Amino acid sequence: MTPDRLDARVLALDCSADANRIATTLREIVGRRFRRRGAVVALSGGVDSSVCVALAVRALGPSRVFGLLLPERESSERSTRLGRQVAQQLGIEYRMHDLTQTLDAIGCYDQRDDAIRRIFPEYGDGWKSKIVIGGGLSGQFNFFKLVVQAPDGRTFAERLPHPEYLQIVAAQNYKQRIRKTIEYFHADRLNFAVIGTPNRLEYDQGFFVKNGDGSADVKPIAHLYKTQVYALARHFGLPEEICTARPTTDTYSLPQGQDEFFFALPYEQMDLALWAHDHHVPVTALAAALAVTGDQAELIYRDIEAKRNAALYLQAPPVLCDPYNPVPLTTTASHTGVAEH
Amino acid sequence: MQDIKAQVKSYIAENFLFGENVGFGDEDSLLARGVLDSTGVLELVMFLETTYGFKVRDEELLPENLDSLLAIEAYVRSKLDGRVPAAVVHPSR
Repeated sequence: MTPDRLDARVLALDCSADANRIATTLREIVGRRFRRRGAVVALSGGVDSSVCVALAVRALGPSRVFGLLLPERESSERSTRLGRQVAQQLGIEYRMHDLTQTLDAIGCYDQRDDAIRRIFPEYGDGWKSKIVIGGGLSGQFNFFKLVVQAPDGRTFAERLPHPEYLQIVAAQNYKQRIRKTIEYFHADRLNFAVIGTPNRLEYDQGFFVKNGDGSADVKPIAHLYKTQVYALARHFGLPEEICTARPTTDTYSLPQGQDEFFFALPYEQMDLALWAHDHHVPVTALAAALAVTGDQAELIYRDIEAKRNAALYLQAPPVLCDPYNPVPLTTTASHTGVAEH
Repeated sequence: MQDIKAQVKSYIAENFLFGENVGFGDEDSLLARGVLDSTGVLELVMFLETTYGFKVRDEELLPENLDSLLAIEAYVRSKLDGRVPAAVVHPSR
């Protein structure tokens, strides 16, 4: 269905019905398909994980949902505060693990800072950093800039050479991967499944860490646009601060919006652009909806396709080099499938 | 004059294709043929900067400069000659 006019109405949900349908499916997957006794959800204080835990509670009941708060020394205080608030509001058991010592021991901060110092030799204690994306909507290839802030507040930016970009991202990815390790510790301990929290924009465009936040047993909102996730958050009565917050990464020491690190547009516009792309909406209609030129709308589509192409590796499960054809199971165990990454 | 096209082709074949000859032509889009992706472009940029000794400016990171062997050759020659490349991003773009 293509409406006469492209606007946020194309993303409207019947929140009550959709939440119940997702919860029913989630209960089926966790209980029947994977035969786990409940679900583990890491709570970032953001809207995605908050909606996921609310869905899990609706599906399984609060006693079968275990929450985790997983801050490290560069996390925002707000993440832990809001994550705790959601856990308490939903009445689930939760635990906090501070990852700082683990990340320090494994070299996360040192490896990242070594790469940063190859660009800014004076970078050290009291400095902060983040990466911002460039290109894309100006027709350029995407590239990344390193932004650092000195203790006195002066900021500097430099385009990242490829090796330094890779090393900084690899080091930062330790954060997501250590978090996932802890989630699976508790999932194994409790015989629970792990809930993954990507929304459609993140899943489709590859905004996740492979074997980090991209790893999970079930991803209940990966088909939902960010706008729809916010709608569900309001449906569940989650804290207003979560329902109105702009998405951030909470991964780098400087504040970083998702649309300056990865997405080319604010999420409301990204939602519309992705919807339009997948419904074959002409470039002219997208341009009108976003109040951009036809050339810019064309570049938005091109950027979506480039990121989707790059996401194929991240989404791919391990690939076998030869066919693997086991004898089909004849028992109910055949219901246990393989989680999609 | 150094054979820029041959050098770049050799680099791409060795680094992105593990030395296999997949037979892309001088005018073929390296992106469309799946030879280059967004990460590969940044590797290519580093190769051009270290091999030819110039800085690729942000506004020059365009498919018009980097998406085929012919485009790359023309871009490198303009940089080596101290000319403005054929394609740069304008503020209004």
